[in-house]
Amino acid sequence: MSIEFIYPEFEVIRNENRCISCRVCEQQCANEVHSYDEKHKIMRCDDSKCVNCQRCVSFCPARALKIVKSDCTLRENANWSAQTVKEIYKQANSGGVLLSSMGNPKPLPVYWDKILINASQVTNPSIDPLREPMETRVFLGKKPSKVQRTKDGALDCKLPPQLELSMPVMFSAMSYGSISYNAHKSLALAATELGILYNTGEGGLHEDFYCYGENTVVQVASGRFGVHADYLKAGAAIEIKIGQGAKPGIGGHLPGTKIVGDISRTRMIPEGSDAISPAPHHDIYSIEDLRQLVFSLKEATEYKKPVIVKVAAVHNIAAIASGIARSGADIIVIDGFRGGTGAAPTRIRDHVGIPIELALAAVDQRLRDEGIRGNVSLVAGGSIRSAADAVKAIALGADACYIATAALLALGCHLCHTCQSGKCNWGIATQRPELVKRLNPEAGSKRLINLMTAWKHEIKEFMGGMGINSIEALRGNRLMLRGIGLTEKELEILGISHAGE
Amino acid sequence: MQTIDAADLDYRTVNEALREAGSDFIIEGCCGQRFIAAGMSGKNLTINGIPGNALGAYLNNANITVNANAQDAVGDTMNEGKILIHGNIGDAAGYAMRGGKIYVKGNAGYRAGIHMKAYKEKIPVMIIGGCAGSFLGEYQAGGVIIVLGLHKDGRPIVGNFPCTGMHGGKMFLRGGCEDIRFPKQVTARCAAADELEEIREYLSEYCSDFGYPIDELLSEPFTVITPDSKTPYKQMYVAN
Repeated sequence: MSIEFIYPEFEVIRNENRCISCRVCEQQCANEVHSYDEKHKIMRCDDSKCVNCQRCVSFCPARALKIVKSDCTLRENANWSAQTVKEIYKQANSGGVLLSSMGNPKPLPVYWDKILINASQVTNPSIDPLREPMETRVFLGKKPSKVQRTKDGALDCKLPPQLELSMPVMFSAMSYGSISYNAHKSLALAATELGILYNTGEGGLHEDFYCYGENTVVQVASGRFGVHADYLKAGAAIEIKIGQGAKPGIGGHLPGTKIVGDISRTRMIPEGSDAISPAPHHDIYSIEDLRQLVFSLKEATEYKKPVIVKVAAVHNIAAIASGIARSGADIIVIDGFRGGTGAAPTRIRDHVGIPIELALAAVDQRLRDEGIRGNVSLVAGGSIRSAADAVKAIALGADACYIATAALLALGCHLCHTCQSGKCNWGIATQRPELVKRLNPEAGSKRLINLMTAWKHEIKEFMGGMGINSIEALRGNRLMLRGIGLTEKELEILGISHAGE
Repeated sequence: MQTIDAADLDYRTVNEALREAGSDFIIEGCCGQRFIAAGMSGKNLTINGIPGNALGAYLNNANITVNANAQDAVGDTMNEGKILIHGNIGDAAGYAMRGGKIYVKGNAGYRAGIHMKAYKEKIPVMIIGGCAGSFLGEYQAGGVIIVLGLHKDGRPIVGNFPCTGMHGGKMFLRGGCEDIRFPKQVTARCAAADELEEIREYLSEYCSDFGYPIDELLSEPFTVITPDSKTPYKQMYVAN
């Protein structure tokens, strides 16, 4: 071995008594960890290639495999953790920027876990959602601030365009290219069945998926990949992506190796060419410029679709959102620093941005203070992990939530954090046909529908418990929340009282 | 042919009039109305006066002739069609353009042709008759950008930092260009006869649009700039 050697992070433990040498693990692993030793008639493995995606573990018919964290350790040092030291080695070996996938894994505060939800006792009795109607539908878009009447005195019922969702959860942006055709199809099928929306991300919309347009948000990002008039008209809404929670302030590069076949055609760039999304939109340097893009999209779609502006949660997010709310946008998405990604520089992912909980509370409060909360709907994303997180987000001021990591987990993702390799054994973050076909879109959409149906039940249980029968009555209802173990300042920003108050 | 008198109309009303039946329009008295013909197809449009920002944004397949200058973001994310400007244009013309043609008689501002793309036979073309500002063809991923440097009166044919981040397509600048600084990841060289042949069709069209003799244009050598790699970020990362 050499100075460049880094001991493998995981060990593949094979129970030789159980292993039947059926070679399923070998067939399932695109990382080529497992191999069959013909001479000795046994399975071998190369731990150094293992990413701990659990594919072989899940498919071993003899339950002979497990993956464990290696216990080969460096000398313990509270300042220089093994991870930090290994990152130095990797950079010294290669000269490269560290590249990671999925969301920030650092042990930073998760405010959702420090917020508790109220329930009714004795007075204002709780409601049984199994017997009584509970409304989980929400409408996203600009709401008029006062009742308007026409010249003859009748109510003016003309509203700006609205998105109707059967429940306040949507699938967040993931581009075709970063995830597979079958993953996109699973999301599109599930969104259609559920009466919610999925999001194309910035890679354009495959021609096969135009038929799901009513349940599609089409995204316009700085690279403008796959953007043309028919694409804009195909979706239910148009999302301008300014930033993303996993990598605020920087652009994206889908490497040329992933720009093949349909992806190249959908993005309208040559095969094998890097797909570069510049850090900024080069026509946006001010709120006025943003307004220009918003209205050029509205003009191109004849004011029939709401325009969404997505930003990452960063410092001064309240002032930023206030500007966006005045730009003509119908919906603002705020993406917290724990949001996932198909690839982001590790340092950016782990150190840039702020938690969605604080950002959301600050934005909702600011828009209320300025009397422009009705100008926009607010959507919160960036690691909404459960129905409880969703309910807390709504009580903090969100109209709806975006989920992506949770949706991928439903499709089989095991959070191995190696999307960037393009060798996803679960058929999600890959373009290799033999891997893509492992994800059956019908089965995948069924699992997404199961997940969302379960969350909807849970949301109704929470609502019933609070004595609330319409989700819109929970929006911004911070009296329903209490903090636990939070400082005065944190409680002030969240706009909630401490438990016991 | 229908005539729209735009003098007292806002952009929304102008576009509503354009969307109505009929394909041939003249807009008279245009004065800064934005988004004209955004996303439209099947129209032939002549504009007298000065259109505002984002003229022909997402243009799908329409022909627009402007008999004056135009402002910023002409042909933003344009897909098909042709925009002919008998004057100068502002900044960020043809941003992320993926097809069609933008022919300008005069000069262009900053960031012309930024992030132009191409796919197989769908090749966007931008020809600027005069000079271009800084950041010409930044992030260019495909298509053809030609700057002719006519009537430049001693000004440089392009401003600073042309071709930054370029990773596809071709740029042609008329003249020697020895004094222009290009980034490391592109190669600038004298265009060979076969390369000039590639753009001859566009140049003849341009010459007939604006009444220039093509032989005079081709009497000077052209510099062609191409990227060295279509995957400039390949070696930049290490998996973590």
